[in-house]
Amino acid sequence: MAEQITGAEMVIRALLDQGVKHVFGYPGGAVLPIYDTLFQQEELEHILVRHEQGATHMAEGYARSTGKVGVVLVTSGPGATNAITGLTDALLDSIPMVCLTGQVPTPLIGSDAFQECDTVGITRNCTKHNYLVKRIEDLPRVLHEAFYIASSGRPGPVVVDIPKDVQFALGDYFKPQTHTDHKSYRPQTEGDLEAISEAVDLMLKAKKPVFYTGGGVINAGPDASEGLRELAELTGFPVTSTLMGLGAFPASSPQWLGMLGMHGTYEANLAMHDCDLMINIGARFDDRITGRVDAFSPNSTKIHVDIDPSSINKNVVIDLPIIGDCTHVLDEMIRLWRTRTNEPRTEAIQPWLDEIESWRKVGCLGYKNSDSVIKPQYAIERLADAVKDRDVYITTEVGQHQMWAAQYFPFEKPNRFMTSGGLGTMGYGLPAAVGVQVAHRDAVVIDIAGEASVQMTMQEFSTAVQFRLPIKVFILNNEYMGMVRQWQELLHGNRYSQSYSESLPDFVKLAEALGGKGIRCEDPAKLDDAIAEMLAFEGPVLFDCRVEKLENCLPMIPSGKAHNEMILPDTADIGNIIDEKGKSLV
Amino acid sequence: MNPNLRPSGSAYFLTTDTTKIERHTLSVLVDNEPGILARIAGLFSARGFNIDSLTVSETEHEKGLSRVTVVTVASPKTLTQIKLQLERLVPVHRVHDLTDEGKPLERELALVKVAGTGDNRVETLRLAEAFRAQVVDASIESFVFEITGRPNKIEQFIALMIPLGLVEVVRTGLAAISRGPEGM
Ligand SMILES: Cc1ncc(C[n+]2csc(CCOP(=O)(O)OP(=O)(O)O)c2C)c(N)n1
Ligand SMILES: [Mg+2]
Repeated sequence: MAEQITGAEMVIRALLDQGVKHVFGYPGGAVLPIYDTLFQQEELEHILVRHEQGATHMAEGYARSTGKVGVVLVTSGPGATNAITGLTDALLDSIPMVCLTGQVPTPLIGSDAFQECDTVGITRNCTKHNYLVKRIEDLPRVLHEAFYIASSGRPGPVVVDIPKDVQFALGDYFKPQTHTDHKSYRPQTEGDLEAISEAVDLMLKAKKPVFYTGGGVINAGPDASEGLRELAELTGFPVTSTLMGLGAFPASSPQWLGMLGMHGTYEANLAMHDCDLMINIGARFDDRITGRVDAFSPNSTKIHVDIDPSSINKNVVIDLPIIGDCTHVLDEMIRLWRTRTNEPRTEAIQPWLDEIESWRKVGCLGYKNSDSVIKPQYAIERLADAVKDRDVYITTEVGQHQMWAAQYFPFEKPNRFMTSGGLGTMGYGLPAAVGVQVAHRDAVVIDIAGEASVQMTMQEFSTAVQFRLPIKVFILNNEYMGMVRQWQELLHGNRYSQSYSESLPDFVKLAEALGGKGIRCEDPAKLDDAIAEMLAFEGPVLFDCRVEKLENCLPMIPSGKAHNEMILPDTADIGNIIDEKGKSLV
Repeated sequence: MNPNLRPSGSAYFLTTDTTKIERHTLSVLVDNEPGILARIAGLFSARGFNIDSLTVSETEHEKGLSRVTVVTVASPKTLTQIKLQLERLVPVHRVHDLTDEGKPLERELALVKVAGTGDNRVETLRLAEAFRAQVVDASIESFVFEITGRPNKIEQFIALMIPLGLVEVVRTGLAAISRGPEGM
């Protein structure tokens, strides 16, 4: 063996050997040795955040926009506890992340030492796996294993807790090895051929098929999106997607139905409800998607492709499960389809496509525009138009603006939409945008935000300023926690309890105080110019877009209702296709 | 907005699982690493699964493998989830539903302390013999018995000891293994 190195040096070596270029972190007593090693090298760039939650969301944005593992480095105690929200967020959305936490020296563990917390205990249920490394001999193996576990199978966050004495200790380092021989962890990536061939049989017979795709297609990498596009073209089947899967299939395709679920389109939800064959690729039948489970797509045969066996039959009973990586399964489906036919089945399923067309004509995303006040939907349409020829990445916070972004911003490519789906974390979008911009310096990175959410992690704007990351924070400022207000309107008799955004900061001045640029716009006629000004500015911008205060986000499947019981906007043209009885339902 | 629509008052749609619940014994082969018990127990509590009994001990020392026996009560759908969720844990090698695979051999050990004098003492000893419980400690006014067997045999014995002066009981929880030549 070569000369021995310290644990802290091993951390940096391992990160470099894993191909890491950026680390999002915040120093403190229990990680000082690692920070000292960082100081003495130049290959790894450290992005100094303002709050550890910011670091986790940055790592998520970085990971989701690149497909690589996002890396976080924080200190013990409060550093670790501040990272919990982002770890949980990454767990629910299956984002690969490695979070290194400092820990008090091993002899002090359990003594309530200064800044001690039981990091592995606290993070056990919000990580895919975690480690406390008590011996220097284990450190190189654990570091490499952490990357393997975070990025393979169904991805997720992994915590490596490193006591300070282990960071100082000397030991032998070794490079990453192949992990295919891991003792117990062996994700299944290749789908069962017989099941795939059975799926193709069903697809050849279906009269009313629909592809229901999810974040798994994005996680499986760009080849999976390519596969999906090819299979859709070969079959001629319509495609819908969850929030997490947007971009895997191009919004400009005539086969695209829009997003499904609680705020999904009328055509997507009715197609899900009425189909006779549902082909779920990398989605997990989340409750925001299914609505009432007992009324969910009552007459369909359901195929479910998922890398996680526990997703099968968890919420919805599946007829044909296929465990495997989306890329592999899609490739096999394409190959087998080709051996059976060269023609898309467009003609055979024409009545179904016609039916879908009639639903599409309802125009469920219609809204009444205005000359005097900016409608949030209009703002997103204008924003999308302004960046349509640019290399653009969108992140969001959580609320109405998030759903409007999903509905009105057309995504053409995978890895372009970063949003907190499973956990619904307000404050995700701004730091996520910082993380995306770190990975894509020349791209346009926009956080479509709400005025309430953005205040949760506002301080990371300062990180963007420090590292010259020209993120654009486009705030749809309705002066309300709009999504909360909407639910209060629907369910609680318009009693807007604590959902008014009182004492808002002057976002323009705030941006300037933080060292960026602030822009305010409240006139629809001036919106295009203001957006152009935002895009032209070379640094970070806070855009205070004053929008209609009481706009509701529609369409909507009210909770506890089925897919064919949607609330549509007043502008929808339901007259032609729905009888009187049906009207009371929609 | 359509005024005639009245949404339910909840953000979630709740259904009750009406399928019958069953008691199953699972055997879980795991790496004996620190925290593994907390991982398993944490999974059960986080997902609302029941634990009736849980035992763990290292069984293959060179390989550092432990066998965990969990007795749970759940619907068939939840049982599948329990198995699959356990298998998601990184240090878990395999999960076998012993109950599904046939009638497993199930044993438990209990230490039973009984205090009494006179006729009760005689009766206690007589019953202990019938149940093949060993006396592992004795004083003028007490016995400690060691009894092994299926849980219901132990239940029976304990029930009989109550009127005879039962003081306290400790039980190991269940150890279970499948019948026949095959191992896990
Ligand atoms: C951390 C966190 N706390 C609370 C919530 C509940 N919540 C969901 S949406 C929302 C309001 C968001 O308001 P805003 O950011 O202004 O977005 P809008 O809905 O107005 O577009 C709240 C409070 C949440 N999702 N996350
Ligand atoms: Mg708002």
